Amino acid sequence: MSFGPHLLLATLEGLVTAAVLALTALGLSLVFGVMRVVNVAHGEFFMLGAVLAWFFSTLVTGSPATGFLLALVLSPLVVGLVALVCERTVLRRLNYDPEATIVATIGMLYIIQQLALTFYGPEARPVQAPFSLRIALPWFGYSGYKLAVIAASIGLILATWLVLTRTRIGLIMRATQFDRETAQNFGIPVDKVYAAVFALGAMLAAVAAVLIVPIQQAHYLMGLDPLLLSFIVVIIGGLGSLRGTVVAAVLIGLSDGIISVFFSPTLAKMIATLLVALVLVFRPQGLFGQAAR
Amino acid sequence: MAGRATTRALLLHLAVLAALVVLYWLLPDYHRGVLARVLVLAVFAAGYNIVFGYAGLLSLGHAMFFAAGIYGAGLPVYHLDWGVGAAFATGVGAGALLALVVGMLALRTTGVAFMIVTMMFSQVFYLTTLYFTQWTRGEEGLVLPQAARRLALPGLEIDLSDPASRYFIAVALFSVVLMASFAIVRAPFGRVLVAIRENEERVRMLGYDVFSNKLAAMVISGAFCAAAGAAYAVLFGYIGSTFATIQYSILPLLWVLLGGAGTVLGPLLGTVFMFYVVDITSGYTSAYLLIVGVALIVLVLFFPKGVLGTIRERWLRWLP
Amino acid sequence: MSEKRSKTSILTGNVSRRTALKGLGASAGLTLAPGFVRYAQAQSSEPIRIGFQAHRTGIGAAYGRWYERTTMAAAKAINAAGGINGRPLEIVTEDDGTDPKRGAEVVEKFASQHKVDVVYGTLFSHVVVGAAPTAGELKMPYYVVSEGYHVASGKLNRYVFQPGITDVKAQVSSMAPWVTSNLGKKVTMIFPDYAFGHDHRDFFTEAVKAQGGEVIKHVPIPPTESSFTRYFPQIPSDTEVLYHVMVGPAVLTFVKELGEFYGGGGPKLFGFIDSLEAVDMASPGLEFLDGSHFWEGMPRYLQADAPDYVKAYRDAVGIDQNGASVDDPKDVSTAAHMFGCWETLYVIKAAMEAAGYQGPGDRQKLIEATEAMTEFAAGPEHPQGKKIFNGKLHQCFGHQYISQVSGGRLEVVHRTEIEDSMYEPEGDYTTQSL
Repeated sequence: MSFGPHLLLATLEGLVTAAVLALTALGLSLVFGVMRVVNVAHGEFFMLGAVLAWFFSTLVTGSPATGFLLALVLSPLVVGLVALVCERTVLRRLNYDPEATIVATIGMLYIIQQLALTFYGPEARPVQAPFSLRIALPWFGYSGYKLAVIAASIGLILATWLVLTRTRIGLIMRATQFDRETAQNFGIPVDKVYAAVFALGAMLAAVAAVLIVPIQQAHYLMGLDPLLLSFIVVIIGGLGSLRGTVVAAVLIGLSDGIISVFFSPTLAKMIATLLVALVLVFRPQGLFGQAAR
Repeated sequence: MAGRATTRALLLHLAVLAALVVLYWLLPDYHRGVLARVLVLAVFAAGYNIVFGYAGLLSLGHAMFFAAGIYGAGLPVYHLDWGVGAAFATGVGAGALLALVVGMLALRTTGVAFMIVTMMFSQVFYLTTLYFTQWTRGEEGLVLPQAARRLALPGLEIDLSDPASRYFIAVALFSVVLMASFAIVRAPFGRVLVAIRENEERVRMLGYDVFSNKLAAMVISGAFCAAAGAAYAVLFGYIGSTFATIQYSILPLLWVLLGGAGTVLGPLLGTVFMFYVVDITSGYTSAYLLIVGVALIVLVLFFPKGVLGTIRERWLRWLP
Repeated sequence: MSEKRSKTSILTGNVSRRTALKGLGASAGLTLAPGFVRYAQAQSSEPIRIGFQAHRTGIGAAYGRWYERTTMAAAKAINAAGGINGRPLEIVTEDDGTDPKRGAEVVEKFASQHKVDVVYGTLFSHVVVGAAPTAGELKMPYYVVSEGYHVASGKLNRYVFQPGITDVKAQVSSMAPWVTSNLGKKVTMIFPDYAFGHDHRDFFTEAVKAQGGEVIKHVPIPPTESSFTRYFPQIPSDTEVLYHVMVGPAVLTFVKELGEFYGGGGPKLFGFIDSLEAVDMASPGLEFLDGSHFWEGMPRYLQADAPDYVKAYRDAVGIDQNGASVDDPKDVSTAAHMFGCWETLYVIKAAMEAAGYQGPGDRQKLIEATEAMTEFAAGPEHPQGKKIFNGKLHQCFGHQYISQVSGGRLEVVHRTEIEDSMYEPEGDYTTQSL
């Protein structure tokens, strides 16, 4: 294949990665930014979203679109509920101590993973895409659903952005993120905000997972990669910067795809990872972050 | 007062070491073998504890130092027929050097950015071990021949695959690292590290070179972790890229947090605890990870500073 | 047959100081007591204990589940027929988490805590290689079912055997003649960029060359990858055959994306079923595989001409005509590999009987008896087919199957001869001391 189409394909693939990554990382960024909690179980909420998507999609027969839509609605709700329970029963009782929450979320990671293995099984299972459309370009074929994922992700990110910047709930969240104690003094129920943020973060991961299962299958170990990549995206973007998170997701998704055009794949991964690390080394506050206060 | 506390602490540590020696004759075979392994891993945890527990730097990349020790010691033995002693030294040196380079770059960042940068460097190291599969056999790994795993000392040759010599070498290595940790913590250098952990700005105002102190902590930590890796390679005879994966960066963090970050004996306690939780629960149920997860949460709810950290906070203030 | 797990442990239950000390005292007393080792005297009624190292968790869990079912079925069959040397067989299972460190620990636990007679059943290569040194040091016979080229490389030790499944070098080399004469001579290979994939790359490239064909391009995929489309443009357009082998949970993605990329056209596909083990061939997105070919260690779908002993084996393990669990048609087996568990247990049985095995004191006799074996005849004990065993190499060689996908099933189109898979041995374990 000639260079142009190859680059086009790599770009498209990069955008799909970026779309899903942006949503997942947005969830992590909220939890990280507002609560200062390093949520190691974030990837497991992603996995849970995917596994539940498979479960809900098998409940209905008929058009695959029905099953998918059902999963898109129910799966994030259930995951949000699980996250809420985790937050209320464990994280709150730890008073969000940074070190203790790491151990606690590692504990949650084990629990969620084991429950998935026991009740869902070790197999990778597919969910049928809501529609099957293969777009035949002159040089290669491409999945229409993948393009839809990009569109859906943009829509969801815009919606999140509107909520955060244009609504009272968003204002409260941002105030809590900026200064917890002052927010409390102004009568903001910080405790409730934390619960909501934790649930919302998990739900974003779950939505991303539902979008990805028709492309990648649900598997009980699928949470690790999104977790690591989300961490990277959140930090590169600058802590608590929504714009930064999205830009970083696109940057990392694309660079991953495009560098692989030029180098042998494993070497490409090494170079891409090293480059991103060096960006952080020389710009520790991230691309859009404020200097540390 | 401080003098008495030091004596008391010193006696406690010596007693622990003596107990480890005596345990050899008390423990059944299986637990003897387990303890040898756990002690090597506790050295890994103790190395991690220097940067995390004392200097307050949360790294998610220490698997690379452990793996640097494994490969630094294992590859020369496998490909170049080096003696075990020289190979071990090379492993430790490789880890220290890697820690120096990574430290110079990563220490420009702080907090979570440091965590992510170390994680990414470690990922690059992991991919490197795969990229050179021709020499490392990547994920499948290599077996160091039993015949090559002999430590030649003047007038004495020790077979490292023998359970007794393995046990006492592990105890010896752990003793060195434990006492070194103890000395570091009591030394001015250790106090500066703790001060950096508590308030970096103030330490800088006082005229200390924060960066150099952190870098020194990184190099010492890297050397300890690499010593664990190198010991693992020559004592147990297997090297493979699994040890460079992110799981092996999370494990020492977990062990240290369980035992008590910033306590000298905490890493040992955490490693032993975690090993037996997995080992025992897996005998009763195939869903043992569930129990491990619940145990972690329960532990952190009631011992938020780790076992020894909480004991120190409530009862034994003199514990280092 | 009963499944037994760790029974005694000094730290069981409440870890208060007093109980811990009591436990220590008790075990110390036991160690010192004469005759503590149960097998000091041969006891004819004692069961033969086989430590089964299972991938219950971790990346190998999908395979592990079926390895466990096959093992239990074989043990049941052996016990129903009178056991080994008249003694019942007992399987002691421990999970290794598909991790080489834990794998070595488990071997140690089998040897010194469970006091098993032999250890068996490991699949993933890195766990085999990680645990092999421990088995050698403890002088514990270690029978693996892994298909890796580690035992046969001569780099492990005298206590490690692979008598129930052909290694990857043999599998791959025996495919080349059929591929080049039936599908095409210009081959592009897609494989994971680590040791397992490199074995395929090296051995197949060489074998194709020997057949007068050519591998025109290697496309390695990094292990952390979960999406593959971006690598497909590297496939040269004059490729006649695309050889693919992928493992892990992302395999279905790989095959689906390949379908999207090429639509109906593209080169002919030849794959290792490893790509689709435990995956339903009727999964959405796999329709385009129709007409393509796969290597299978043993046919997943019941073939029309299958002998009765194959049917009996399948019934015993509990798989239906489609190779899925009889209880759940969605639970697809790893048929191309798990037969190795069944056959290996029968090899252990035969070797123990040949050696007159009484207890751990006879382990060296057991090793020599295993090495003395040369051939396993096809039949109820070896349902996959006849095997030739090289006692110096500790590795068996057998028939391989090439199947074509048609109508959502895999139909066998070719069975290779055993000789096609033989190669010059690289090692001789019998020169090592016991």
